[in-house]
Parts: sequence; C-alpha cells; structure tokens
Amino acid sequence: MATATAPAATPQAEPLHSKRDTISRAEGWRRRGPLLPALIFTIIVTQVPFLFTLLYSTQSWNLVRPGSRAFVGLDNYIAVFKDGQFRQVALHTVVMIVGTVIISVLLGLMFALLLDRAFPGRGVVRTLLITPFLVTPVASALLWKTGLLSPTNGLLNWFLGLFGIKGVDVLSTHPLAAVMAEMVWQWTPFMMLLILAGLQSMPRDILEAARVDGATSFRLFRELTLPHLRRFIELGAVLGAIYLVNTFDAVYMMTSGGPGVASANLPFYIYQRAFLGFDIGEAAAMGVVTVVATIVVSTLALRLIFKSFSGTEETA
Amino acid sequence: MSATSKTTTTRTRSRFSAKEFSLTALTWVLALGFFFPVLWMVLTAFKQESDAATPTPKFLFTPTLDQFRAVLDSGVGTALLNSLFATIVSTLLVLLLGVPAAFALSLRPVKKTQDALFFFISTKMLPVVAAIIPLYVIVGKIGVLDNVWTLVILYTAMNLPIAVWMMRSFFLEVPSELLEAASMDGASLWTSMREVIMPLISPGIAATALICVIFSWNEFFLAVNMTAVQAQTIPVSLVGFMSGEGLYWAKLSAASVMAALPVVICGWIAQNKLVRGLSFGAIK
Repeated sequence: MATATAPAATPQAEPLHSKRDTISRAEGWRRRGPLLPALIFTIIVTQVPFLFTLLYSTQSWNLVRPGSRAFVGLDNYIAVFKDGQFRQVALHTVVMIVGTVIISVLLGLMFALLLDRAFPGRGVVRTLLITPFLVTPVASALLWKTGLLSPTNGLLNWFLGLFGIKGVDVLSTHPLAAVMAEMVWQWTPFMMLLILAGLQSMPRDILEAARVDGATSFRLFRELTLPHLRRFIELGAVLGAIYLVNTFDAVYMMTSGGPGVASANLPFYIYQRAFLGFDIGEAAAMGVVTVVATIVVSTLALRLIFKSFSGTEETA
Repeated sequence: MSATSKTTTTRTRSRFSAKEFSLTALTWVLALGFFFPVLWMVLTAFKQESDAATPTPKFLFTPTLDQFRAVLDSGVGTALLNSLFATIVSTLLVLLLGVPAAFALSLRPVKKTQDALFFFISTKMLPVVAAIIPLYVIVGKIGVLDNVWTLVILYTAMNLPIAVWMMRSFFLEVPSELLEAASMDGASLWTSMREVIMPLISPGIAATALICVIFSWNEFFLAVNMTAVQAQTIPVSLVGFMSGEGLYWAKLSAASVMAALPVVICGWIAQNKLVRGLSFGAIK
C-alpha cells in the first residue's frame, strides 16, 4: 500500500509544516499536471538531441565518407584537445565573452546612471538606447560590417579622416575587436536595463539622509549604490555570458571567423566543422566540451544569484 | 530642503540649473551617439545607391523609396510569411504550454518546483550549437528539413524557459487575498482562473508574448541551418542580399530596416516589462 511515501500521504503531519507536506499524492499529481506538457516538450526537444550529440562524439563519422562511421570511444575528444585551432577558438570565445560583458556593463552603468533622473525626453532617450538590442543581429552585423567599418565607405574611416588619421580596415587587422564592438553595442542596453532596475529599486531616503549629512556623490555611489547594484550587475554578467556563448550571427556575417580563425568563436567553429567540413564526430565532441564548460560555470553562479533574489519565495 | 544644498542632487526641484542642463545635454548627446548607427541605417535605406556608395558619407540627399520597392520586388514575400508563421505559431504554443506550467510552478507548488524551474533555465544554458548536429540529422531523417514547422517547434523550445519564468513572476504577484476570497465564495479553480487571475496578469502575458516574438523573429542560427529556400526566414533572406551581384548598400539597408522594424516596435511597446523577461523574472 502507500506506506512508502511517508509524510505526503498522511494528513496528520504537524500543522506548522508548509502546505506542501500535507498534500496528498493525488493532489500532488493534479498540481503537477499543468506543468507536464511544457516539461515533456522541453525534455524531448532539448535533452534528446544532446544525448545524440554525446553518442556522435564517440563515433568517427564524416558525412563525405559514407561507410566510415565507426565507434572510436574518446578519440574525438583527444583530437579536439590536441587541436591547436580549437584551443585558439576557445580562447577567443572566452575573450569575447569576458570583454563584451565588462565593457557593456560599464557602458550600461553609465547610461543607467544618466537615465536615473527626471529630465525632458527621458522616455525617448530610454527608447533610443534599447533599440540596438532589438535590431535583428544579422542586420546589425551587416550594418557594422558595411556601413561603419568598411574600409572604402564606412563611417569609421570617414570619422578618422576628419582628424587626419589614415583609414584602417579593422575587419582584417583587428577582427576580434571589431566583432566585440558590435556585440558590445547590442548588449549594452541589456546591462543598462538591469542596472537601471537596480538603481530604481534603491530606497531614496537613505541617499537623501546621507547627502544631508554631507556625503559627496562619489562616496554615496561607492558605499551605498554600488553594493546595492552588485547583485544586478552579477545577474547581468552571468545571464549575458550565457547568451553570449551562443553568438553566431555577428561572426558569421562580419568576418566568417577570419582571417583564418582569428575571430572565430566556438559556435562558429563547430558549425564550420559540422556543416562545411562534414566532420560530425569531432564537431559533436567539441559541442559536448562547450556545453560542459558552460554548465559548470553558470549553474553555480545562477543558483547563488537567484537565491539572493528570491529570498522571499518558497525556496526548497 | 534639498534644493538649497550645495552638493549635486539628482532630485533638485530646479530643472534650470547649469548642472542639470549640462547633464541632460550630455545624456542626449551620448544617447544619440549610441543610437546613431541605427539612424544611419535608416537614412541609407532612403538613398540611391550612388549616394550610398560615396567615400564621404552624405547626410543631405534626395530621399527615395526605390530601395524599399526593390526589396519588395525581389521576392521577400516567402521569407516574410515564414517568419510570421514561425513567430506567431511558436509564440502561441509557448503560451499554451507555458501558462499552465507557470501557474503550476507558482500558485500550486509541489516538492520539486525549484528543480523543475532550474531545469528550464538549464536548457537555456545549453549552447544551441551542441544540439544542432543531431537536430539536423534527426530532422533530415524525418524529412522536415526546410519546413517551417521545424522552426516552430525549435522556437517554442527556445522561448519556453523564459516564458515560464516570466509568467511565473506575474502569477506570484496576484494577491493571495484575492485568490482566497474567490475560493471561499465557492468559485472553482477554472472560474477563479478566468475571472480573477487572468485579467490581472494579461498585461504580463502580452509582454511575454512580445518578448517571444522578438527572439523568434531575430533568430538566425537555427533558421540558417534548418532551412533552404522554402522555409527561409527574414534574417536568412538578408544573407541573400549580401551575396549576389556585389554590394548594394542602400538596398541592403532598406532590407535591414524592413527586417528589423517589426521587432523594434514590439520591443518599444514591451519596454517596461522587458527587464523581467530578460532576467527570467528575477527583476521587475
């Protein structure tokens, strides 16, 4: 009978326990019911493919050599870690993410501080500032590549020319920086919105009281504002990093990862291996490595941050 | 009164002090500078190709609608329909699956609620590139490559975590007194849902839908790999404007403006709730 399910089945649990402990099994399933379709759908569409990726990563499988598919255990992983290009690309990915996050947090902080006061046209300014985040990334990458950074008729070279500086072709000489600039442009609004929410959730009376006591704006910022903003910035950094891992559009459209792999990141490199090089086995192994790295880094960080935000809700 | 203090206040009553004015001016300058690339793209879309290709950028020119006409003539109709279909249907699916899930995870919690919630987030952490290969293989085997329904399913899975978290945060804002009052009046779950909860959270659901629309419409990686000619979406069609007979920057700008405009407008409308969606409901 139902002896194995202890507290959930016995209604005479102590009344001080949360409601959860005293609901019956049937009620428990009734409650879970609405959740199941979404959960099952997500599991099938996202987890099952990943299991296949794990499978493929243990096989030597190249689509242009039919019949060569064979189980090779961890050979693909060894090849991946030996691949100098993979290490380079992994490094680029880290640089891209960390660099973009840091710069866009700083810029976002600046804009958020400027927006955190009443002034004429504030709503318009905010609308203008969030637009880069909304522009289709492909369109934005094209805009940067041709309209801004083009060596022949891009705005950057025209602007530099005004000061007598010779034109540059940043897409060839500094491809990683060029791609990062575009990413910063698109992600600054994201950081700005999070930080602005943080600023607006600060209790004003403490600030006023401190100011009346004679504190300078700088001290106020450093000792009151920044600590309050810390968890918003952390959330922005972690979430932003997670989204940024997937950056593909900018690399694809602006530089195709080149010259060579100078501006390639992991998604683009894996895409090249799989869809242009048709090497499924190795591409799958790279995918697994990417996922493991991402999950390890972000799971802990996210749990920590969400605990600090949802302290008032029912945490298990 | 704070207006008389010597330190710079951010809430001074007087709007006409020099400090206020210069801060406002600075804000406007920086904002316009940051926004300028978008403005440039829009301006270029109204130029003739000859005006657009000059090494010295032209800020004064005779505007024309030729580029927009050229874009429309070049057959973006299919891509437009595909984008609309994938976006709208996947968003509806997200709401269909997500609202009940969010409801269960907020107002009817069970022991494993936190786990389920973090599971949803973890799927967002999974870099798409890790799943793309088997997705491509499986989808190919089933024979639905280059089929817009594939995108519908994938976009639904892509947006479901954000939607569930976001809507959950709206559900949690429903005052519990209202819920208790309704059930004490003998209202069944369905009735309280319909008459008490839904009206309160419908702005939240609208915002969630808009955010799903934004992400689906702008999505490129899955679209470019899973589609070819028939199921092509708007972002993929932009690539077509790049290759071809050389670089037509004005026409490309017009195509970009038309591609980006719908979601920019969506984002402007959903502005206030954007933070909540982006932060998975953690920040309001």
